[in-house]
Amino acid sequence: MNEKKFTITDQPINVETIIQKVVHPHAGAINTFIGTVRELTHGKRTLYLEYEAYVVMAERKLSQIGKEIKQKWPEARVAIEHRIGRLEISDIAVVIAVSTPHRADSYEASRYAIERIKEIVPIWKKEHWENGQMWIGDQQETTAYPTGKPEGLEND
Amino acid sequence: MIKILMFAGLAEKCNKHEIKYDKQQSTVEEIKKWLLDQFPQAAEELNRAMIAVNEEYADHQTTLHTGDSVAFIPPVSGG
Repeated sequence: MNEKKFTITDQPINVETIIQKVVHPHAGAINTFIGTVRELTHGKRTLYLEYEAYVVMAERKLSQIGKEIKQKWPEARVAIEHRIGRLEISDIAVVIAVSTPHRADSYEASRYAIERIKEIVPIWKKEHWENGQMWIGDQQETTAYPTGKPEGLEND
Repeated sequence: MIKILMFAGLAEKCNKHEIKYDKQQSTVEEIKKWLLDQFPQAAEELNRAMIAVNEEYADHQTTLHTGDSVAFIPPVSGG
């Protein structure tokens, strides 16, 4: 059994497996975030998605997010899995499980994790529509990275 | 030899995911200039990309040696 807590997979994600990785006697709450493939984005109909990752680095960055959460919420336990490859509508793209002694921290840490994933983890999504396809990144084209690093990035 | 990695839309524009760069030592800046010469059609993507050296975010002044890898990372869209 794979006991790594921060993983990229090309297989369907089993939510229960991710939850089990954060079960702990000191926990009073387990918060599970499940990110799924949405059909409509700004009125445009997606047929399916393709995710690509720089796998080695993506797992390291997920693990870094875990460390950041440990610093902010020392008693939290975190597991994250992100799927890559072709995903259909409603398929699970990402699962974040966080356990903490009290519920408020589990919500906050989970939210922190998904926001950080969208900032620093090298994973890309390509939307396929009836009439075309596009890699999604910085859709507003407002972000430039003159130093090569995203703003506010903490190296581990 | 230095390994250059590219992803997503940038890899598609260059039609390559990986390039072997035949130098013993180079800065990210020099490698990026070389890529811009080789793949002018990908200039926009190259200029917007973040940099990672050996799987860690780095800046353009970073010096690489043989055996190192540099990745050009387009704006990410996971989750």
